[in-house]
Amino acid sequence: MSNPHGTITGNRGLQLEEKLIFEQGVEGRCGVDLPDPPKVKSRMGGVERRGPIGLPGLSEPQAIRHYTRLSQKNFAIDAGMYPLGSCTMKHNPRLNEKAVRMPGLGDLHPMQPVSTVQGALALIDTLAHWLKTLTGMPAVAMSPAAGAQGELCGVMAIKAAHEAKGDHARKVILVPESAHGTNPATAAACGYAVEAIPANERGRVDLDAFKKELGPHVAGIMITNPNTCGLFENDIVEIGKAVHAAGGYFYCDGANFNAIVGRVRPGDLGIDCMHINLHKTFSTPHGGGGPGSGPVVLSAALAPYAPLPFVVHGPNGFRLVEEAKGEGAKTFGRLKAFHGQMGMFVRALAYMMSHGSDGMRQASEDAVLNANYVQARLGEVMTAPFPGPCMHEALFDDRFLNGSGVSTLDIAKALIDEGFHPMTMYFPLVVHGALLIEPTESETKETLDQFIAVMRGLAERAKKGDADFFHHAPRLTPRRRLDETLAARKPVLRWRPAPTERQAAE
Amino acid sequence: MPERKFSKDHEWIEVDGGVGTVGITDYAQGQLGDVVFVELPVVGKKVAKGDNAAVVESVKAASEVYTPVSGEVTAINQAIVDDPAKVNAEAEGGAWFFKLKLGNAGELSGLMDRAAYDAFLKTL
Amino acid sequence: MRYLPHTDADRRAMLQAIGVPSIDSLFRDVPEAVRLKQSVDLPPQQGELEVERAIAGFAARNIGTSSAPSFLGAGAYRHHVPAAVDHLIQRGEFLTSYTPYQPEVSQGTLQYLFEFQTQVALLTGMDVANASMYDGASATAEAVMMANRVTRRERAVVSGNLHPHYREVVATHARYLGFAVDFLPPDPRANEDLAARIDDKTSCVVVQNPGFFGQVRDYTKLGEACHAKGALLIVVVNEIVSLGAVKPPGEMGADIVAGEGQSLGVALGYGGPYVGLFATRDRFVRQMPGRLCGQTVDADGQRGFVLTLSTREQHIRREKATSNICTNSGLCSLAFTIHLTLLGETGFTRLAALNHAKAAELADRLEKGAGVKVVNDSFFNEFTVSLNGKSAAEVAEKLAAKRILGGVPVSRLYPGRPELADLLLVAATETNTGEDMTALAAALKEAVR
Repeated sequence: MSNPHGTITGNRGLQLEEKLIFEQGVEGRCGVDLPDPPKVKSRMGGVERRGPIGLPGLSEPQAIRHYTRLSQKNFAIDAGMYPLGSCTMKHNPRLNEKAVRMPGLGDLHPMQPVSTVQGALALIDTLAHWLKTLTGMPAVAMSPAAGAQGELCGVMAIKAAHEAKGDHARKVILVPESAHGTNPATAAACGYAVEAIPANERGRVDLDAFKKELGPHVAGIMITNPNTCGLFENDIVEIGKAVHAAGGYFYCDGANFNAIVGRVRPGDLGIDCMHINLHKTFSTPHGGGGPGSGPVVLSAALAPYAPLPFVVHGPNGFRLVEEAKGEGAKTFGRLKAFHGQMGMFVRALAYMMSHGSDGMRQASEDAVLNANYVQARLGEVMTAPFPGPCMHEALFDDRFLNGSGVSTLDIAKALIDEGFHPMTMYFPLVVHGALLIEPTESETKETLDQFIAVMRGLAERAKKGDADFFHHAPRLTPRRRLDETLAARKPVLRWRPAPTERQAAE
Repeated sequence: MPERKFSKDHEWIEVDGGVGTVGITDYAQGQLGDVVFVELPVVGKKVAKGDNAAVVESVKAASEVYTPVSGEVTAINQAIVDDPAKVNAEAEGGAWFFKLKLGNAGELSGLMDRAAYDAFLKTL
Repeated sequence: MRYLPHTDADRRAMLQAIGVPSIDSLFRDVPEAVRLKQSVDLPPQQGELEVERAIAGFAARNIGTSSAPSFLGAGAYRHHVPAAVDHLIQRGEFLTSYTPYQPEVSQGTLQYLFEFQTQVALLTGMDVANASMYDGASATAEAVMMANRVTRRERAVVSGNLHPHYREVVATHARYLGFAVDFLPPDPRANEDLAARIDDKTSCVVVQNPGFFGQVRDYTKLGEACHAKGALLIVVVNEIVSLGAVKPPGEMGADIVAGEGQSLGVALGYGGPYVGLFATRDRFVRQMPGRLCGQTVDADGQRGFVLTLSTREQHIRREKATSNICTNSGLCSLAFTIHLTLLGETGFTRLAALNHAKAAELADRLEKGAGVKVVNDSFFNEFTVSLNGKSAAEVAEKLAAKRILGGVPVSRLYPGRPELADLLLVAATETNTGEDMTALAAALKEAVR
């Protein structure tokens, strides 16, 4: 038997094996018809390509089939519940996809004269207004490409603000150990040292211990709220006051904004900046890893340092400030080419307008309701490190697996065979064997009930000592568990042609 | 036979004639899991006690190897760079990381002997 | 609300199961003073028809490149995207999946990333490429920071031929991370002597090919000069189609290639999202930023793919990571790879030849028909014209008033430099027709008269 399914092809019904494009290509085949280029004298200065590139040739039907088959090996929100904690895998409305492709939006060049893109600038300005209103903040930098670039934006603005005051002594950013890895990585990328913010036994910042860490060496803090344990930081207002009293700024990581849209305005909590992942809270598709978009709302203290470019209202319509003078005189600089992730702005605005003020508040309430429902119904068979209520995600640890020989990873892999995407595992780091479940508002009660039944069944099976079953899961996927050790020890990061017989003999 | 000493960061050192051989303990390799990559210092590098002298990585973790004493690196074990799995198989044997000429032999007294290290492990 | 499934009965039943009287009690950790009693002052929910109408209203106030002759480039290029590309990237299994951290249920994404990495490596002539960055500008900044790590030096030299936005992004990172950059002045006539700027403190030299002003250069000698001093050569490519006709950076001795992949499969979309390309030599792979997909086997011994060498990344290495990047440009890299698969060797090289032929034709027609001067001695599909002392910004506005998107004034990207004020960047691609060119030549002739 040449494959585990015992078929001649290796296929398994609708699950079709698919070779690499490089293994299918035939020289001379092409999936695009282009006219013969007119013969012209080359003006490339003698720097022409001499040899072949090595790209494979496929026809259009081959290409369609290739990517269709590949797509069928992916789990997706469209297919089922995807409860990845801190990722907010909510429904991605198709209206948003239609909107972004409209002529007059999808076909705009970023360097067109501003007189020809007044609608685009108006759209950016409208989205900015919605974001500022929802967060209660006076300004927003629209250009960051994703959450991590939004973090850079915020921390650079903090550094610029200190430097503008002539304060160069602040070398430290305080970050909780429960933070996303991007937080310490961002602080380091801005030349700051990272020190830990102490947590209490309730999974939140320990206010008294935190105050002792503050001082003239601290440039600012980065705190996620609701935090990565899925909990609202109930001392958040005091935290903000304390950091301001110490002369620092308050960066809020907005990855979990979906829990509180329309219920809490981060501006009322005393923050100085917060990035908003449009690809989480505002439903722009995750796309298998991006693109994202990470606008950053800014307090009055940080707004003057916002990155270029930004949209302003002028006497003859909207203008773009693209240079470091006038309104942009204090800018900290630029993070990417052009003006930001316009394609994501259109989608996010379509989502916001669809929900409206009332619908967004309802969405957050439903997201929190769903997470608490999961936490309550699984609390009897799993172990939660902190008491509820939670916000939009429910956190469990692996104490319920003690002595079973089954790990968090094993549970996740068994969940795959049941038709669910795993939850986030082993994050946050402060909880042993963490399982972080974020159902989002998109799931029906029926789906949640099925998920809960599966989790209860798996937990009970693990406790009964059926470790072998778990260690070999998943069994029903296009591929079983993959050898990540081999991949890292002997990295194969691209396809290369097999050596010819002659080369092999040499 | 030269005595082997241990640090709280799970390195071991064995000194013979003013030259120490440094590796990570069996406990350390077990915590890391399958080792996939090792980065060693260059020969001739001067390191102070507690400096990051090497890096050892598994699939999901990266860990610094701190030198338990000060000195100058005199040799490295290329075999574990070529085959990192050796670190799992023989952490306290052939999979040593580097040798160094001791700068201050007095630093050895701050390290644990085998019995003390075993007792330390029980507290973790 | 059409996206929210719960009925009031569902909500009541769930609250009861939780054991709380109301949704408000789930928000009890929020301090009373900051709880909003009602939602914020924004319009209420709307149906699909109303929202579509509102977005179309914004679109109607713009002139799209598909409705006017367009010759805009400067780092973003209009190309024809085959219909299959947009269909395939909208398959929900690609569109609505997350980063492939669970490889058993993500082999589709992982396999195309492996193919994408291979395609980028082939195009650039490099050993290895990552699974994408945000865009060409951020990829360039990451390349400089990587070169600093590799060489353990902290001074970069940046050509006056690098896109001004890319320069600004490099400058911003340099200022906040704290490294030095020697920026050469804008160089429309490609006179700069980069080799003279290299010394034993230089970490890297950054050039763009084709350059911002359009010139095509062979940087082999510069690469040798870099290597003689222990510095790296970084070549930036922001019109990736050029690599179907121009000698690839790998053959010039580049150590890192940073690029913009928008030209393949990705809509102009007013500047984003695009897809940053990043390629290097095998020996530097552990200093690379961003995700990498690698080949392995599964428990049944079958070939499969996983994200690998992750210990470089922020979610494991935290403050010691090679970059803070997490989300990248996944779906844009899918569009790129599908478009390139459809083109293949035959189509891609033909597309490049067609672009060059169009640009050569346009250059001739503008010189002969519009009385402007082409500044470049070489180019691929974009060149710089000098408008006889007339303000290029004003000329571009005059052309736009006639619904012709005639080029990008250099002053838009290099404001406050009078010596560049009459320079206009003009690009031609396979999308430009003879009628487009006639219209541009006539309008330009009138505008510069």
